[in-house]
Amino acid sequence: MNAIIDQDDNQSPEYAIHTRKLNLWYGTFQALFDVDLSIRNGMITSLIGPSGCGKSTFLRSVNRINERLGYVRIEGDIDVLDNNIYDPAVELVQVRKQIGMVFQRPNPLPISIRDNILFGHRLHNKGSKADQDEIVESALKQVLLWDKVKDRLNHKGTELSLEEQQKLCIARLLPVKPSVLLMDEPCSALDPKGTAAVEELIWELRGEYTILIVTHNMAQARRASEECIFMLMGKVIEHQATEDLFVTPAQKETADYIEGRYG
Amino acid sequence: MFAESDLNARNKRVQGLFRMLFLMMTVLLIVPVAIILFTLVSKGGSVISIDFLFTNPTDGMTAGGIFPALLGTVWIVAVALLASVPLGVAAAIYLNEYAGDNWFTRLIQLAIINLAGVPSIVHALFGVGAFVIFFGFGTSILAASLTLAIMTLPIVIVSTRESLRAVPQAFREACWNMGATRWQTIRRIVLPNAISGILTGVILEVSRTAGETAPIMFTGAAFFLPFLPQGVFDQTMAMSLHLFVVATQVPGVPEELPFGVALVLIAMVLIMNSISIAFRMYLRGKKKW
Repeated sequence: MNAIIDQDDNQSPEYAIHTRKLNLWYGTFQALFDVDLSIRNGMITSLIGPSGCGKSTFLRSVNRINERLGYVRIEGDIDVLDNNIYDPAVELVQVRKQIGMVFQRPNPLPISIRDNILFGHRLHNKGSKADQDEIVESALKQVLLWDKVKDRLNHKGTELSLEEQQKLCIARLLPVKPSVLLMDEPCSALDPKGTAAVEELIWELRGEYTILIVTHNMAQARRASEECIFMLMGKVIEHQATEDLFVTPAQKETADYIEGRYG
Repeated sequence: MFAESDLNARNKRVQGLFRMLFLMMTVLLIVPVAIILFTLVSKGGSVISIDFLFTNPTDGMTAGGIFPALLGTVWIVAVALLASVPLGVAAAIYLNEYAGDNWFTRLIQLAIINLAGVPSIVHALFGVGAFVIFFGFGTSILAASLTLAIMTLPIVIVSTRESLRAVPQAFREACWNMGATRWQTIRRIVLPNAISGILTGVILEVSRTAGETAPIMFTGAAFFLPFLPQGVFDQTMAMSLHLFVVATQVPGVPEELPFGVALVLIAMVLIMNSISIAFRMYLRGKKKW
């Protein structure tokens, strides 16, 4: 595993997400096998692999949204910023606050653009009305959406184009100051132009947030991530700097996959 | 090459036949409604007037108006709604938003389905036993309304659940992933988007409640009362029972009077239904997903 950029900030841990022997079952079907991953703080890491390889499952266990299904059983640990999120003392609301999630299909709420941005902020900051305009402006600026929507902040978020909706979905996570952003195929519902725009935005957010992005699109993984993880049948096959993984894969399965022999 | 074959022609004939059959069935459906409305208007239309709506019956109910019955129905419906809507909506929210899929939830669902299948006369007898006698409300608006409320509860629950279910799951996921609790999600996103459907269900329930006779005739509705109800512990006249009485129980009623009563009752129901449909269309037009 090669480090591309060494994090010289001593305050924050080297790894944002760290799993040990993570096993996950849906009922009797085992979806993850002994996953040991260390995902670097402040970097963009992509997860690739054929359908059903467990990449989305892994993503969804990092913010504990999987367990809502009821029939999911998990063994092993997931540490986020050195705290085990499966510890019984952990408050789920705090987990969700630290770890934002972006979905495949943009899901803005059917309220105004402004209220979409402030939704999370209002959940976590009781009664503080101050600075709301600033919060909205800075979040929308960060996702490169401000100039397009500043004159129609009262329009519904659901009226925007898909690309803008997805950016809005990313923007609304920012006011609660998460440290990790999980993205589950964030561009697969978008056209090529929208994809490029959202990728550009993800790249902009690099450094400030740890971003873990699941994608079916190998070219996207290559363009828009710094480290890349290849998964197959619920196991991690390879985890390398993106450039190395695509140029000199260490495992045969990885080479076969990136050359398009399956998946 | 592209000419019609014998088989094509035969298939077309059969297809035309079935189309005709389904069309006729649909037309048949409208016929009874049309006949009812036409009969009521032609036979009872002549008695309708402002006086008819707002005066008491006179001469042993063979003349005069229907005001006590009209007002009584409004009372009964209003109190029934006050009881059934909060209960039904709360139950629906629990079932749709909180409850997991387990034996307990399934048992509740079974109970709701069965409640919907209980004949109204059985509800009436239950109402007598429970509200009139056991709780000591006597034959009163309260007892009649609570009986009706229990009877219409399944409708409120089912229609509310359907409106809640129509709110896309993606909205809930978006909220949960920002750290919203279930209640915050329900309060801020789910209910505001389901309210049109819930209200529609409520209005439909009103129209059903207004027409029921059996559940109120032993529990709170009176044959004839010379005064108006002053509170929920009074008895009252009601439209549905009044119709039954003037149509079958009182000698010497002019023929057009029962038709007039029926016309007013059905007009109340149709107006409520139209409001409900118009309201739903208005709110649907405002939705954007």
